[in-house]
Amino acid sequence: MRDGAWNYAPSGHEDKRRIMSLSQRQLALLLIAPGLALVAALFLYPLCFSLVSAFTGPERGFSLQAFGKAFELYSGDILFTIVIVVTSCALTALAAVAIAGTLTLGENPWLVGTLRALYRWPLFIPFIVAAQCMRTFLAKNGLMNNTFVSLGLMEPLQAVSYLDWRGIIITFVWKQTPFVALLLAGALASLDRATLEAGRNLGASRLRVLIELALPQVMPTLLVALVLSFVTMLSVLSVPMMVAGSQPTMLTVDMAFRINAYGDYATANALGVITYLISAGAAILYLRHGMAKESAP
Amino acid sequence: MSRVASLLRASLAAVLLATFAFALVGPLANLALWSVAERWYAPYKLPVTYGTRYWEQVFRPTGDAMASLGTSVWIAVLTVVVALALSVPAGYALARLKLPVRSLFMIVFLLPQAFPSVAIYINVARIFYGLGINGTVLGVVLVHAAHGLVYSVWIAAAAFAAVDRDLELAARNIGASPLRTFFTVTLPLAAPGVIASGIFVFLESLDEFTGTFFVGVPQVTTLPLLLYNAATGGNYQVASITALILLVPSVLFMLFIERFLRADVLAKVGA
Repeated sequence: MRDGAWNYAPSGHEDKRRIMSLSQRQLALLLIAPGLALVAALFLYPLCFSLVSAFTGPERGFSLQAFGKAFELYSGDILFTIVIVVTSCALTALAAVAIAGTLTLGENPWLVGTLRALYRWPLFIPFIVAAQCMRTFLAKNGLMNNTFVSLGLMEPLQAVSYLDWRGIIITFVWKQTPFVALLLAGALASLDRATLEAGRNLGASRLRVLIELALPQVMPTLLVALVLSFVTMLSVLSVPMMVAGSQPTMLTVDMAFRINAYGDYATANALGVITYLISAGAAILYLRHGMAKESAP
Repeated sequence: MSRVASLLRASLAAVLLATFAFALVGPLANLALWSVAERWYAPYKLPVTYGTRYWEQVFRPTGDAMASLGTSVWIAVLTVVVALALSVPAGYALARLKLPVRSLFMIVFLLPQAFPSVAIYINVARIFYGLGINGTVLGVVLVHAAHGLVYSVWIAAAAFAAVDRDLELAARNIGASPLRTFFTVTLPLAAPGVIASGIFVFLESLDEFTGTFFVGVPQVTTLPLLLYNAATGGNYQVASITALILLVPSVLFMLFIERFLRADVLAKVGA
């Protein structure tokens, strides 16, 4: 027991240090607590609220009725949302790889310089401003069709409005590509140039060096950027509301409609849970890729 | 032969670059055209009459736009104050103090940005309605602050982590108290990063639409809501001018961000 007593009563110096480190930990928790409280009050609490509301029936017990109604009314929009977001992410990835690849491996300094100066512009443009731009640009008589007609690429009668699912995808790709390309170009720039040069010297084309040597090394960065873009696209309300017509539309618009027109929180929250599940799907794909990579030799 | 090939390559590159530039600048050009178009209808490819009538309407001191701009800036300033008041202590704790489950805390601040937010906001609006702060500036500021907290906390933590510890130790050695060391050494050295995080939060608040749409209506009309109302009401000119006003801070920010956010701080963000 004497040993134990020694353990609990160390020398005065160590004792003081232990008290200090304890108080430092308390101080740290005290400093971080207000920020955590705000997130808890305005994110975690509403999140629980939405889950409870989605799974509660009209008789206050557990029920899947809201999900039944959500699927009955909005299964088309659920599919529409998934198709839009997945297609937008795929096209964003393609465009970002093309831009970042040109920036890294391009040999024409004039081309690379112009591209570098241009591609970042939409990065800080708010979604709602992008939506307003596209609303005019992609319209039947918008600047895009007018330019094509003026260049002789199209007859005036062939002009169609792109303000539907295509408009949403174009707006998302336009807005998110700079973000993904910026992260990707940063990752590509920090790669070992010698490997890439070696590939070039062995006769591989630049496209092949990009796809087979460079991209696999920066895949984690690309995937993180795409998962973040995926969740962002699932959260944006202004673009589907302003760019496309009413039917079919994305789940964000449906949720707003259930609330504003009917005050129907149960169905809106059921749709909300479905959007959580869609984004969880993207996160799981990302994590599985990460684990597969770690377990590989 | 190779000269022809290289000429072909160069012209292909030029065509691709021109297409890219058109896709990038075209939508913005259309916005700018609408802002000065007094009349523009179907068969005409360009506005029929140009003028600044709508600019005068928007910038009239008693107009809706000026009131919305004032509301937007006021909300953004309050959001920065709230976010910095929370994130400077939190960032210091995350960067310098022993904190259990530190990475979990970092993720908690990321959560509001990592979830589809519409479902969260409709429930925040419901809770705020019960508290009687729906449709108030306070409610909108709280929502914007929670949304921007990930930037301010992460960047503040990176800025504090990038401060040289030896300078703090030197101050302590010559007799400064911990509090004095923080306010005269640590905070001034971390200030550029903290300011950058404040600018981030300011812009996020200025551009925020979804949260304000659910929590602020109908009393609080920020610029993005004015843009939305003008656009859905068919007034393309006012919508375009409002959009251009919203672009100004974003563009300025992009041009000057590198001054505030130094590479050594940037490298530590999220770490």
